Amino acid sequence: MSTFAEILLNGVSLGSVYALIALGFVVIFRATEVVNFAHASLLLAGGYFTASLHDDLGFWPALLVGIAGAALVGAAVEFFVMRRYRGSDHSVLAIVTIGVDILLTTELTRRIGTDVLALGDPWGDAVLKLGPISLAHTRIAAFVAAALLITAFLLVFRYTSWGVAMRAAAESAETAALMGVRLGRVSLGAWAVAGGLAAVAALFLTVFPTPGLERATSLAALKAFPAAILGGLDSTTGALVGGLLVGVTESLATGYQSDLTFLGRGLGDLAPYLVMVAILLIRPAGLFGTKELARV
Amino acid sequence: MSEALVRPLKALSTRTYLWTAAAVLLLALPFYLDRFWLQAGLFAMAAALGAIGINLLTGATGQLSMGHAFFLAVGAYGYCVFAADGDDGLTGLGLPTWLAAVLAVLVAGVAGGLFSPISGRLSGAYLGIATLALVFIGQHVMFNAHDLTGGANGRDVPPLNLFGLTFDDRELLVAAVPFGSAEKLWYAGLLALLGGALFARGVLRGRPGRAMNAIRDHRIAAGVIGVPVARYRAAVFVLSSMYAGLAGVLLALVFQRTVPDYFGITLSLEYLAMIVIGGLGSVSGAVAGAVFVSLLPQLLTRYSDALPLVSAPGTGGIAPGEASRYLYGAAVVLVVLFLPGGLVRVTARRRTRTLTEER
Repeated sequence: MSTFAEILLNGVSLGSVYALIALGFVVIFRATEVVNFAHASLLLAGGYFTASLHDDLGFWPALLVGIAGAALVGAAVEFFVMRRYRGSDHSVLAIVTIGVDILLTTELTRRIGTDVLALGDPWGDAVLKLGPISLAHTRIAAFVAAALLITAFLLVFRYTSWGVAMRAAAESAETAALMGVRLGRVSLGAWAVAGGLAAVAALFLTVFPTPGLERATSLAALKAFPAAILGGLDSTTGALVGGLLVGVTESLATGYQSDLTFLGRGLGDLAPYLVMVAILLIRPAGLFGTKELARV
Repeated sequence: MSEALVRPLKALSTRTYLWTAAAVLLLALPFYLDRFWLQAGLFAMAAALGAIGINLLTGATGQLSMGHAFFLAVGAYGYCVFAADGDDGLTGLGLPTWLAAVLAVLVAGVAGGLFSPISGRLSGAYLGIATLALVFIGQHVMFNAHDLTGGANGRDVPPLNLFGLTFDDRELLVAAVPFGSAEKLWYAGLLALLGGALFARGVLRGRPGRAMNAIRDHRIAAGVIGVPVARYRAAVFVLSSMYAGLAGVLLALVFQRTVPDYFGITLSLEYLAMIVIGGLGSVSGAVAGAVFVSLLPQLLTRYSDALPLVSAPGTGGIAPGEASRYLYGAAVVLVVLFLPGGLVRVTARRRTRTLTEER
């Protein structure tokens, strides 16, 4: 029972990190209707900035620089690439983000090489013991940070004028523009916020018990895609639920691996995708996504 | 009467000559090129087949697929399983190799069909993310189903045997030129590519092609005029996976060994890059893009000494593989932004201009 509780808690913590990534992904989709396949490389960029600067600056300033850097990369992608597209087909823009992803990932993996970079976090491998349950400090920090950031984001989304502008743009870009919402600024903001959230997520994807930032980190970041889509691409609630679902399933599949050997090793990495396929079979629009309705 | 005679002569103008010249050139190449370039060409042919398939899906029907690497793997491993004789301790049915190739393509189609509940209902980028699952499921199976795939080490590919001719490295002298596997496979590859290209062109120009384009341009309008949207989407997905399966078989034959690492997410992205760079929705675009993306790393490898910034892997500079990824990544972005329609559209535009000038 205590193993189960441990696995569940770890899963929730991991899931909250996925939710953070998925949230950024959904924010971009809502603001610009573009599916951003370059999201994993934004995350890698944030992690790389933090990893390469923490020796000189100390951890916290380096983390801030990482967040700002990833936000800047996101904004730059929006400004120099997405904004230059003059057509109206959003699936073509999704392909552009694939091109951006190839560029960014190639550059970052070349810089990282075969190294495993530490991010210099203060938690190390300390473990908190609660009776029979032991939890790594990093997992607790991940959950707390993700919960705080997500709450803050949802409040901003709901109450500030920037949030209102973004929701208006998502509802109907044309009407919003006529009402004086500056769509360019909204979409720039969305990309920057998504980059920042991804940088925080990069920290918690690479701390203990994972070895550190390496090439494969972008594969871990990809799991936020199933998280976003199984919740429904246009729903922030969906991103949160999807992230938690993916995190818990992955944690369960990894934790009970020894009982599942007939399915092969490394099931934990596969579990998020299996959950996504299972949910899409029943609900093609995701759990909380709006069903595509069209009036002719 | 004289008019009827004149017209075919007129049709035999530049285009026909160009095609004939290209055909002669392609047929003659194995007599002159060394093994390196022939293999590079064979990779390009396999890539072209796969790219035609994904262009039917993504370019013509507007359905994004990031799972193409999975179907390539199904084709490659399917061929091994059907054709191998089981001597190396792995599952092998020992079927005739041509039958194994056909069955491998069919299995890829069946795998695509099994995904149809999702591929028929999801559209565009949603499907793109859903198909990501296929790549990871494929990787998992390839690493774990040891009896079928040989695990991480992969398995050997039995050489193709057609009408008593074995496509292996036993040298065969043709016009005083030794023919190894690359030379022989060259012709098999050309034949497969020609067949695949003509079939896809037929699909695109006929009724199904119009329906596919209608679904891409306006799904609801397509449904209203009587196109069964879900069934079409699923069917195109199946056809596209069969093309990928065929490409996989050819790739396996060229590599002579299949390893799971090759069939990762990068491969899927490469195929998407091909069709975007070449031109979405057309056969010639797929072929042009495939040639560009698959020859680029080979060219850079071959001439890495002579090029600035590029150096051999492990020496600290930019390795040829990375350099080519930069180039085609940038090409994807630039083509979409500044050259909508891809490489083939450039020549097509020139052709329409000359046509209007002639009039």
